[in-house]
Amino acid sequence: MVRTAFKLAAGGSLLNDLGVSLLRAAAGFAIGAAVGATLGVLVGFSRVAEAAIDRSVQMIRAIPFLAALPLVIVWLGVGEAEKIFLVALGVTFPIYINTVLGIRQVDPKLLELGRVQGLSSLQLIRRIILPGAMPSILTGVRYALATAWLALVVAETIGAQSGIGFLAMDAREFLRTDVIVLTIVIYALIGVAADAIARFLERRLLAWHPNYGAPR
Amino acid sequence: MNLHVAPQSSTPFESGPAVVVSNLVRSYGSRVVIEKLNLRIGRGEFVALLGESGCGKTTLLRALAGLDPIQGGRIVAPRRPAVVFQEHRLLPWDSLWRNVSLGLQAPAARERAAEALTEVGLGDRLDDWPRNLSGGQAQRVALARALVQQPELLLLDEPFAALDALTRIRMHELVRELVANHQPGVLLVTHDVDEAIALADRILVMRHGAIAYEHRALRDGSTPISRAELLGELGVISRSPN
Repeated sequence: MVRTAFKLAAGGSLLNDLGVSLLRAAAGFAIGAAVGATLGVLVGFSRVAEAAIDRSVQMIRAIPFLAALPLVIVWLGVGEAEKIFLVALGVTFPIYINTVLGIRQVDPKLLELGRVQGLSSLQLIRRIILPGAMPSILTGVRYALATAWLALVVAETIGAQSGIGFLAMDAREFLRTDVIVLTIVIYALIGVAADAIARFLERRLLAWHPNYGAPR
Repeated sequence: MNLHVAPQSSTPFESGPAVVVSNLVRSYGSRVVIEKLNLRIGRGEFVALLGESGCGKTTLLRALAGLDPIQGGRIVAPRRPAVVFQEHRLLPWDSLWRNVSLGLQAPAARERAAEALTEVGLGDRLDDWPRNLSGGQAQRVALARALVQQPELLLLDEPFAALDALTRIRMHELVRELVANHQPGVLLVTHDVDEAIALADRILVMRHGAIAYEHRALRDGSTPISRAELLGELGVISRSPN
């Protein structure tokens, strides 16, 4: 398998496939996170937005991923857009739910203090609400990193011409067990890397938090 | 109302009222908590408000702070009174100086915060986190955060209730000093009769949403008050203990 890895890497196709996959994941993650965070902030702050948005989001969330797949392919075709969309879809919900939760969980006593100290709404968000919601938001980020990969595997096994998922499917056709195992190992390694990124973010952004901050 | 104010020669403020409350009514639904209450606190005057739990003293403080709506009467208070709560309410994600300067609309916020922290004896902990503080230290930071705004009215809602007895005595010293230096009007809500006697120029006892008893001029010792009299007013002594 190691030999296979070297061979593929030497041919340039492995790195190419890896790069394509990472790019898709990153793009989908960025879009999904932006949408999820925006909706989450809206719903977290406004009862009106909650009434308007929350139920629809929860409904879409309840749809199993694979059930939506045919529709996505009909709409977006079998191309980059479809793959990025699927990743974004998977990322949006964990970010959304945890952002709402985080904002709701901010200590009302601290919000009251902010009012006493004369903070404007914007200052209240920046100084109290966002930092207070951050542990929960980062939990969402961590979960979303995992879903992003899951979504990408599903997307890449369908009609892809490149990417790790394509590599795996291609290998299946030719019964290349070594390549299949290699792709699985690569997914595992990337999962570990994603988790490390999440941990790093937690250590940086939650340095104040006794449960997350740098070890004493 | 004849106002007793003890202006000191060094005071930067004119001696005028820090807050005037007239005919204040505060109710939750149909339950009236404060009924036609009148109160006047001068600048530099230290008023302690005693009363049983549920008599409406914290409700009064919150109304003065502008935190709750009122249903009648008038409150003439400075635009932004400073409040110290029973819990320190420090932001755990901000360093001490960032906490103290929260809401401070001034250049050189860090310098101002540093001065305030030095005043409460924590001048060497500017960049420390709140989680590294003891209860007394955290409450000192909360005091610094209140005073850095240079308030005309300082509202203290049982700020020492959660502290141990020794720390509380040290805090009394500190508060006395700080109030003497800054000369805000102070309203201290407390359960502690001895605390009220130790700190206040004037002691009020609240019962059923109204001020039922008043005793003034304490700090200079001219009109000493007996602890027993106050406890009687609070209904502690006359009743059988349960």
